[in-house]
Amino acid sequence: MAQAHDHSELFPEVMPPEPEKATLEGKNKFFGIWFFLGGETVLFASLFGVYLALKNSTAGGPSSQELFGLGLVFIMTMLLLTSSLTSVYAMYHMRNNDFKKMYLWLGITGLLGIGFLACEIYEFAHYITDYGFTFRSSAFGSAFYALVGFHGGHVLFGICWLTTLLIRNAKRGLNLYNAPKFNTFSIYWHFIDVVWVFIFSVVYLMGKVG
Amino acid sequence: MKDWLSKFRALVLFGIVALVLSACGRENLTALDPKGYGAEVSLKLILLTTIVMTSVFLVVIILLIIVLVRFRRKKGEPLKNVPQVEGSKTLEAIWTIIPIILVGIMAVPTVVATFQLADTSDKDEHININVTGYQYWWHFEYENEEIATSQDMYIPVNKKVYVNLISNDVLHSFWVPSISGKLDVNPENVNTMFIQAYEEGVYFGKCAELCGPSHSLMDFKVVVVSEEEYEQWVNDMKSFNSQELELDAVAAEGRDLFEEKGCVACHATDSQNFVPGQKPIGPDLTQFADRSRIAGILHPTEENLYKWLKDPESVKPGNKMTGAYPELSDEEIEKISAYLMQLSPSEVTAASKE
Amino acid sequence: MATTVAAKRSFWEFIWDYLTTVDHKKIAHLYLAGGGFFFILGGIEALIIRIQLIKPENDFISAGLYNEMITMHGTTMIFLAAMPIIVGLMNAIMPLQIGARDVAFPFLNALSFWLFFFGGLLLNLSFLFGGAPDAGWTSYASLSMDSPGHGIDYYIAGLQIAGAGTLMTGINFIATIVTMRAPGMTYMRMPLFTWATFVTSVLILFAFPPLTINLFLLMFDRMFGTAFFNVALGGNQVIYQHLFWIFGHPEVYILILPMFGVFSEIFATFSRKRLFGYTAMVFATMLIAFLGFMVWAHHMFTVGLGPVANAIFAVGTMAIAVPTGIKIFNWLLTMWGGQVTINSAMLWALGFIPTFTIGGMTGVMLGSNVADYQYHDSYFVVGHFHYVIVGGTVFGIFAALHYWWPKMFGRVLNETLGKLTFWPFFIGVHLTFFVQHLLGLMGMPRRYWVFLEDQSLDLGNLISTIGAFLMGVGAIIFVINIIVSAFGEKAAADPWDGRTLEWAVSSPAPYYNFAQLPLVRGLDPLWIEKMEGNGKIPAAEPLGDVHMPNGSIIPFLMSIGFFISGFGFIYQTDNVYWYLALYGGLAFSIALMIIRSVKDDYGYYIPKEELEKALEGEAK
Repeated sequence: MAQAHDHSELFPEVMPPEPEKATLEGKNKFFGIWFFLGGETVLFASLFGVYLALKNSTAGGPSSQELFGLGLVFIMTMLLLTSSLTSVYAMYHMRNNDFKKMYLWLGITGLLGIGFLACEIYEFAHYITDYGFTFRSSAFGSAFYALVGFHGGHVLFGICWLTTLLIRNAKRGLNLYNAPKFNTFSIYWHFIDVVWVFIFSVVYLMGKVG
Repeated sequence: MKDWLSKFRALVLFGIVALVLSACGRENLTALDPKGYGAEVSLKLILLTTIVMTSVFLVVIILLIIVLVRFRRKKGEPLKNVPQVEGSKTLEAIWTIIPIILVGIMAVPTVVATFQLADTSDKDEHININVTGYQYWWHFEYENEEIATSQDMYIPVNKKVYVNLISNDVLHSFWVPSISGKLDVNPENVNTMFIQAYEEGVYFGKCAELCGPSHSLMDFKVVVVSEEEYEQWVNDMKSFNSQELELDAVAAEGRDLFEEKGCVACHATDSQNFVPGQKPIGPDLTQFADRSRIAGILHPTEENLYKWLKDPESVKPGNKMTGAYPELSDEEIEKISAYLMQLSPSEVTAASKE
Repeated sequence: MATTVAAKRSFWEFIWDYLTTVDHKKIAHLYLAGGGFFFILGGIEALIIRIQLIKPENDFISAGLYNEMITMHGTTMIFLAAMPIIVGLMNAIMPLQIGARDVAFPFLNALSFWLFFFGGLLLNLSFLFGGAPDAGWTSYASLSMDSPGHGIDYYIAGLQIAGAGTLMTGINFIATIVTMRAPGMTYMRMPLFTWATFVTSVLILFAFPPLTINLFLLMFDRMFGTAFFNVALGGNQVIYQHLFWIFGHPEVYILILPMFGVFSEIFATFSRKRLFGYTAMVFATMLIAFLGFMVWAHHMFTVGLGPVANAIFAVGTMAIAVPTGIKIFNWLLTMWGGQVTINSAMLWALGFIPTFTIGGMTGVMLGSNVADYQYHDSYFVVGHFHYVIVGGTVFGIFAALHYWWPKMFGRVLNETLGKLTFWPFFIGVHLTFFVQHLLGLMGMPRRYWVFLEDQSLDLGNLISTIGAFLMGVGAIIFVINIIVSAFGEKAAADPWDGRTLEWAVSSPAPYYNFAQLPLVRGLDPLWIEKMEGNGKIPAAEPLGDVHMPNGSIIPFLMSIGFFISGFGFIYQTDNVYWYLALYGGLAFSIALMIIRSVKDDYGYYIPKEELEKALEGEAK
């Protein structure tokens, strides 16, 4: 007689210490997201290359020294870095099978991410209205918004992804089916934080110093 | 391959191959019969790398033939088990080290030649021609001489000439295979190289970067003349004044039409109003009567000139002259042609070199 | 829920099966069919080009249409024919070779295929809607910015969609090889074709993102007025060239490394010997891939980068000859001392050796930048890359198809027709492309619509055109072979007395691949069992219910969403209403992504009884 399959192996009595890698699917997702990020690294490296080549092509418009205000950018960095830390807390609680605390810290991660995005939108609006510095106004503008905008797009995608995960799994608790999904998200979130560190240094700091 | 006999044999092989290859292709177009410094240097490297790589190819083919002759399964022979060989460290070493040496043999002359060809330190002591690539023609401005012309570029023989290349629209590439290797014509920066021709004559120039429908129709010529002829040509070009030409009735009417129909808005017919660095809208027609080709590709006959003026789009699809002037009647074309065929400032012409 | 036995299915069930399949073997069929179709399109484009060049100043087609032909021939052959067929082969065979039941992400696998299909369809629809792209397969930024009409926009949208699919495949295959090898299958026991799949997938992962960015930059400039390549606003078209070739050079290694893997399998199997120098071959593959990322500017020697850059890239380029040469010698030594059977697969492999070597030769010659100042953008380059792509990739595809056709389709391709395909095609290749090296050196640039009279280029071009028709003859005979052998005899599980795991299962493989995951005892696991065991692969697990993934229509639908969005991107400059298509298509696909994410899909199980029955059936 065929075994009745209710996928109960995904809902064990005692959760293993690393629930995100306890299944083949989990292992695949773990490696998959790392390889994906390898490709994303090259993607952002290309955008950085383009930015570095074009950052002085201001076509008579404002330059990086005139535009950038390090104060706001510092706040944005703190928001994003902290959100990475909170996601680490979330994963810690996941491995300790503490569903509620994981949710709490993931929620805070999301809020910090939204805060980052809000600051960035404000920053872009400020450049556009007060300086006429747009995507189309010079090669420098095109390169700046492409790089920083792409990163912002990745943050937005991450927030949408997180929101979907949190809503869908709110009533289910932690199991071996959704643990890899949370872990995959957190690895992605760390990545966009690392990219921001590079943006902060190469675009804003180097841009101010000239 | 270290003894003198092998080196001698290699040199002879070099020479024979070069000789045979030089028969290939049209004179003054082919890169295999170099008549200029750059083309010569390039051909040396072409031959060196060909000979080295051909020897590798021969080793591979010989091995392949031996294998097929000795180890091929005979017809009807049953399948048998043969010793399974893992590999051979010795062989791996041999066919790693020898290729590395061969790569070295090719790399060293390559790097040396690269720096030789890139040395533009004496640029200011030589003739400089500012070349602008357009869709679909070439403009040549002679720096310091205050003259300009299009399509046919005159240079003196055996002297280094610097060309400074820039594009007015899309990417092109400046290639005169018998004289030198090519260099791209970029819109955002000037590219500089020197050419030096060894023989007088008319050399074919080609555009070598896809630039639109008429990419294959933007031939130009490099006309290599003696030093005296070159001086004379420059002076003739400087002093020529198309407005002061004595013309017969037909050609005079042609000159008037040339202005009325708006041709003069794009085309200069002499260097009297020369402005350094100016990018004209259309080709300079100063030496039109003696041009090697009409529009770069048509043989200079009356019929072809008629064809070009009547319907340039049918000759060069996508060219910028189409629609830039009002339609011309046959009579008007005859008169304008008559005028254009009087634009002959100098006795030094391409025809005199062909 | 899949049907357990292939009972009589209606035509619509057959179609639905293929529309929703996530089975790597069926996806392989789809790739081969799609790639095959585009190969024929690309071949017709090639013949049109060669007819135009049969005589000087010909007017068979207009100059504008000619530029569309050369662009589409190159783009179609590389992105829509060669790559999909290669991906199809890797899909069909790699999981079997490592003893896995599917790839790591079967759903993504299906999505990859449909993205390729709809991307390719979008690109080719340009012919019907105002003209195909016409700035070359490289679509350099200054001409492609200038190109009127929407051809280039189709290029951007089509390749962006298809490219996304390829990138997903790369990730999929790497994860599969890392996590899903059968017990005993260590890395150094993997067959060379699997190694090639692995390394190629890493190349895909790192090479495609620069293309993605480049296409975005071109798209932003053309469709949204940005200034990346606009000189007036400080832009620079050389950036396009750098990004393109940082993708483009690894791309050609993506095209050839899997074929090197194929040839390693074929030489070993049909010499009845293990591959000579396995370790060196693995490392040579990795070295070629690694070096392949460091030489991109050899496509840009004449751009004016300066002598230092040119010298560095020249030396790097010539260095790649070393690991490639190592491979050629190892193949020859594999045959040495063996018993060499020459069938169709082996004919293609033997034809590859001289042809690809010539291509490699001219590659090193091109690597000397000073020589390249003459070769670049001339017919010499066209001769070179066709020798390596046709002599390497296309010959490899033919060889692989003959070799693995039984495993993929359960039939053997006809041998006589196979030989009749090979000889005209082989002779045609040399006739077509050898003379092009000379034409280039004689002063004929590439991408020329006409060559002028009285420039000594006539005879060479005529010979080249005749050769092209011979190649066409060979290709047609191959198509006939496919049709004829569909009605031929069924194939045995192991028609070639093979050495690797794929030959241990039936032809075609059962939908679950292995009833029990195999236990691997060494390199060439099937050969070991034949020599030292009972010819059967031992099992690594007891017989039990087998877990399989569910099919889904979502990949197909998602790709349609991006397809529609592509039209929106292309035409929004003409009329704002196209934004409905742009955002609507995207929203549709994103909604489907969310549905996939939130709807639980645990797959299904094949009951043990079915597997027992199948095993009994095989034993009879």
